[in-house]
Amino acid sequence: MQYFTFLCLGIWAAIGVTGMREIEAAAVTRAVEALCIESNVRLGADIRAALRRARGEEHGALSRAVLGMLLENADAAEADHLPMCQDTGLATVFVTLGQEVHIVGGALGEAVQAGVARGYERGFLRKSVVGDPIDRRNTGDNTPAVVYYDVVPGDRLTLTVAPKGFGSENMGRVAMLTPSDGLAGVMDFVVDTVRRAASNPCPPVIVGVGVGGTMDKAALLAKQALLRPVGSVHPDPVWAEREASLLRGINALGIGPAGFGGQTTALAVHILPHPTHIAGLPVAVNLGCHATRHGSAEL
Amino acid sequence: MLLRITAPLLDEVIERLHSGDMLAVSGVVYTGRDAAHRRMTEALARGEALPFDPTGQIIYYAGPCPAPPGRVIGSIGPTTSGRMDAYAPALIRCGLKAMIGKGPRSPEVVEAIRTCGGVYFAAVGGAAALMSRCVKQAEVVAYPDLGTEAIRRLVVEDLPVVVAVDCRGGCVYDVTRADAPRPFCPRV
Repeated sequence: MQYFTFLCLGIWAAIGVTGMREIEAAAVTRAVEALCIESNVRLGADIRAALRRARGEEHGALSRAVLGMLLENADAAEADHLPMCQDTGLATVFVTLGQEVHIVGGALGEAVQAGVARGYERGFLRKSVVGDPIDRRNTGDNTPAVVYYDVVPGDRLTLTVAPKGFGSENMGRVAMLTPSDGLAGVMDFVVDTVRRAASNPCPPVIVGVGVGGTMDKAALLAKQALLRPVGSVHPDPVWAEREASLLRGINALGIGPAGFGGQTTALAVHILPHPTHIAGLPVAVNLGCHATRHGSAEL
Repeated sequence: MLLRITAPLLDEVIERLHSGDMLAVSGVVYTGRDAAHRRMTEALARGEALPFDPTGQIIYYAGPCPAPPGRVIGSIGPTTSGRMDAYAPALIRCGLKAMIGKGPRSPEVVEAIRTCGGVYFAAVGGAAALMSRCVKQAEVVAYPDLGTEAIRRLVVEDLPVVVAVDCRGGCVYDVTRADAPRPFCPRV
């Protein structure tokens, strides 16, 4: 009887008073583990469709062969349950936490990292993370992942895992332009970043651009821009036109699939603009390879 | 037409290759990337032998994923070759005939390829599951402590590559149009 009273009090305290929805830390770990494996093994349908379309539009034998090989690779990865690229990357995890969610049974951050460690071990993914950036000793389990938290209204927890290889990550750039550089300055910087990167980021690339905010905000936006489905149109028609113009300019560079020449250097340009300071015009570019990977789950 | 070649490579085979040719490579290939190259270069500087005889051989710049049960190797695609540019000429002068990687090479590497009669192949970056299917045997032959960066002796069958730098110095990457139009709003 005494136990029943405590139980009732417990439930009352958890739901009646706080109105919080409880999510077990272990459930977070399981979800992150599955997302690490899935996102590395399964290429998104949006990118597959874009690669197929590009293959139809390319004229050169070599560029068509490369695009065909990338599609075949996506099939092979799924069929053999292998990661599509051996560089299974450093995982970035975006945690969007409803403010009515209460994580129980462990710390949220530790649960995310445990999920990454388990996913990379059980999925036979390459562990590519070194601890100290100068000593460079491998941590052995691909942690720590880079984790961003956002708190929003509601009682849902959304997890997005975006592993990224460093062939492409190394080619990103940030510039603190001045307001007088304007739109032309932003456009030139983006195209120039793709031009300098050439074959290194494994083209055809997806070009993520963050414009505005602060230096760090622009860089974060550039990475978040890669999460948008390829083939989707920017909701603001003015920015949609700028994206289309940039894509034309980038594909006129001639770098092509794998850098062997061709008209498909990028599959898409995604821009995330953000308010900024009267004195600044930060712009960041994050290049995603043809295997730009991400997966989401809602708990 | 797809050319088939077998490693170790003969000079007369290398001479027939032109930048832009698509090839299928079979035979023995050694993996090695950043850390293994640093160690090999240090060994040469001390006057020691390399952990394998590079004469006529191919090095594949790759760090594979762990092999799941029942597989020879995990996913294995090329890494960026430019990071090995500092080490490659010394290995080429020791008899190394070919490298597989991705991306352009430094003028020093192209020059070493030209003068020693070598070749540089580019594999398609990211096509790593497909290339895993081409690996029939794999064993670690040096630097096991380096994990994915250890030197592995692979036996491959029809590994798809493109001739990126041929023995005359011809390069597939000379494709970027410096005059590419800028279809944006003009500066005011």
